[in-house]
Amino acid sequence: MLAPLHSANTAQVPVAHFSSEHSCLSIDHLSLAYAGKAALRDLTLSVPRHRVTAFIGPSGCGKSTLLRAINRLHDLNETVTHSGKITLEGQDIHDPQTNVTELRRRVGMVFQTPNPFPMSIYENVAFGLRLQQRLPKRKRDDIIEWALTSAALWDEVKDRLHRSAWQLSGGQQQRLVIARTLAVQPDVLLLDEPASALDPISTLKIEELIRNLKSELTLVLVTHNMQQAARVSDYTAFLHQGELVEYGPTDQVFTNPRLQHTENYITGRIT
Amino acid sequence: MKAGKVNTASRRPRFNWLNDLWPWLCAASVALSLLMLGALLALLLVRGLGHFWPATLEEVTLRSGDTFAGHAVREVELPQQAGDERLYFTGNQDIEGARWRWVTIEEIAERAQPTDLIRLERSPWGDFIGRLSAIEQDGQRWEGDAAWHRLATLLALPASQRQESQLLLTTVDGQTLRQPLASVVSAQAPNAMSWWQKTHVWGDGVWRFLSEGPRAANTDGGVWPAIFGTVLMVILMSVMVTPFGVLAAIYLNEIAHQGRLTRLVRIGVRNLAGVPSIVYGVFGLGVFVYGIGGSLDEWFFSDTLPSPTFGTGGLLWASLTLALLTLPVVIVATEEGLARIPEAQREGAVALGATRLEMLTRIVLPMAAPAMLTGVILAVARAAGEVAPLMLVGVAKLAPQMPIDGEFPYLHLERKFMHLGYHLFDTAFHGEDVQAAIPLVYATALLLVLIVLVLNLTAIFLRHYLRRQRGNEC
Repeated sequence: MLAPLHSANTAQVPVAHFSSEHSCLSIDHLSLAYAGKAALRDLTLSVPRHRVTAFIGPSGCGKSTLLRAINRLHDLNETVTHSGKITLEGQDIHDPQTNVTELRRRVGMVFQTPNPFPMSIYENVAFGLRLQQRLPKRKRDDIIEWALTSAALWDEVKDRLHRSAWQLSGGQQQRLVIARTLAVQPDVLLLDEPASALDPISTLKIEELIRNLKSELTLVLVTHNMQQAARVSDYTAFLHQGELVEYGPTDQVFTNPRLQHTENYITGRIT
Repeated sequence: MKAGKVNTASRRPRFNWLNDLWPWLCAASVALSLLMLGALLALLLVRGLGHFWPATLEEVTLRSGDTFAGHAVREVELPQQAGDERLYFTGNQDIEGARWRWVTIEEIAERAQPTDLIRLERSPWGDFIGRLSAIEQDGQRWEGDAAWHRLATLLALPASQRQESQLLLTTVDGQTLRQPLASVVSAQAPNAMSWWQKTHVWGDGVWRFLSEGPRAANTDGGVWPAIFGTVLMVILMSVMVTPFGVLAAIYLNEIAHQGRLTRLVRIGVRNLAGVPSIVYGVFGLGVFVYGIGGSLDEWFFSDTLPSPTFGTGGLLWASLTLALLTLPVVIVATEEGLARIPEAQREGAVALGATRLEMLTRIVLPMAAPAMLTGVILAVARAAGEVAPLMLVGVAKLAPQMPIDGEFPYLHLERKFMHLGYHLFDTAFHGEDVQAAIPLVYATALLLVLIVLVLNLTAIFLRHYLRRQRGNEC
């Protein structure tokens, strides 16, 4: 498969391949533009199931744009145009048959700044559930406890479930947002720099959480932090100016990058 | 670099005074505004509430030998050093033909404050000031202090249970008068009252001002129908303007394509808030009263034509006109509230699988509720004080029937109603007795200010409560 060439490079893009049974999400020749200004150029990659995949790259390289394309958040912005295909478990997400809200339930997203809703901790986690179906209170309580436990927050908030979520610390808020997303049982969790607004201790907790969640679902992580990508991810994709430069197992990308360009970025020689 | 240094040094002394002074200028303007506001409130409080305090009655003897009784209202300096002239309220319009008397200070030979002087509030003819000689009832007769006690007993009863009696009254210059009890509203002997009793009478006076209807062409009595009309009209107006304004703001901020047309509409809405209110009155008269009201009359009330039902000013048209007038305020406030909600909240809801409607109703609107409330409150405060458009679309000097009563359909939207602002204007300029109107004007103005203040405070507390419920502010 030939990917377009990076402006400064004439080598073929080194890309890891997964057979369809290991691939959860595949992105096929995706290009995307904001009001005509290209943000992603002909991107092709596939994300393995039950692994953590990190997207790294300098600011404005398109890694957040790519993440938001996966659960069709760009639908909210009418100036965005795209071409190419994204498939989730073999299903084209832009297919007219696809239910967008169901897609977004299956593909959860956690944003850079914690955004708990202005309601109680309990109601925050119940929000997604209430959108899906009417559940008996006991069942709902069980799911909420499970979600908060999975997000390693239950012990800290079990005594104040009905207090405002805005009283939690930044790290707790971010874990609450993760719990809120987990409550609707997604297949994929997209994390857009989830720890960039947090202190080091909270960051470590989030990273530990990401590693633990791997057994349950597929995670895609966008990060600015090289060490974080190296610590938590199994695969790493390096993007630059809307193009995929290198993609492979994290160990290989960080210790033995195939391209000089990747090495320069990882070692901090370019930003 | 050297040149720059020299430059700053030479500039410094010239602007120094402004550097030192500007905080004081700012503080002075704040102080001046506060002072003016304070003066306004103090004036309204003193003049408005002072009116109900039982004034000391004086028995005045003039150098000419003439005597009269009354209470001093104010003094005016005469031109060309001719001394001062004092205005007395003397009452007794049925005997003297006038209720007021101007006397120059030099004319006055003697002033006394006898404790047996009384003041009767009557309807018709207004106040009587003089002495009570006796009370006659079914051949029985009470005189002196006994008469006064009998009168107090009778007046303590409800009007329907008072036995028919005659009061024998004497003015200070010796004229007598027989007064049937039925026309007496209240009686007091202010010179004999203790401070505590006066306070009691004062409270009673304030209460009657608030709870009774107007008498004597709005120069006497209370303002209850006007309070009722004002509040009812404002409530109807809020019920109409809130859904309209909120929906319009949601469309402009959430649904409309943010292009040139939307910007133009937004500018238009903002400018509508500045259109003089009388223009809305003209619009209301032409479109609501004559247009819609006239058509309604032709279709549904043709048997009563040519006397109009909806084709004349009324509560419904007044509320609609004011709703239109305050619509921009609600739209602008709500829009600002919606715009302040972080994009992260909307995306968070959508990313969890919420549709656009679910995102709006469950996240955006609850978060914007305080802003909407602010808009409604601003609208209410503006509507409560608006008079000019109402004069065209339904306010009345005296509405014989209240807009809500026990008769089906209970709420009579076609009726004319009374309004505090218009009542104020009418009392001040269209009364027969200007001197009597002055204190009522102050009292009504104070009431209007208080109503607006109460409405605003309610809103502020409600908004504070909503924010606290969310545990934080946004």
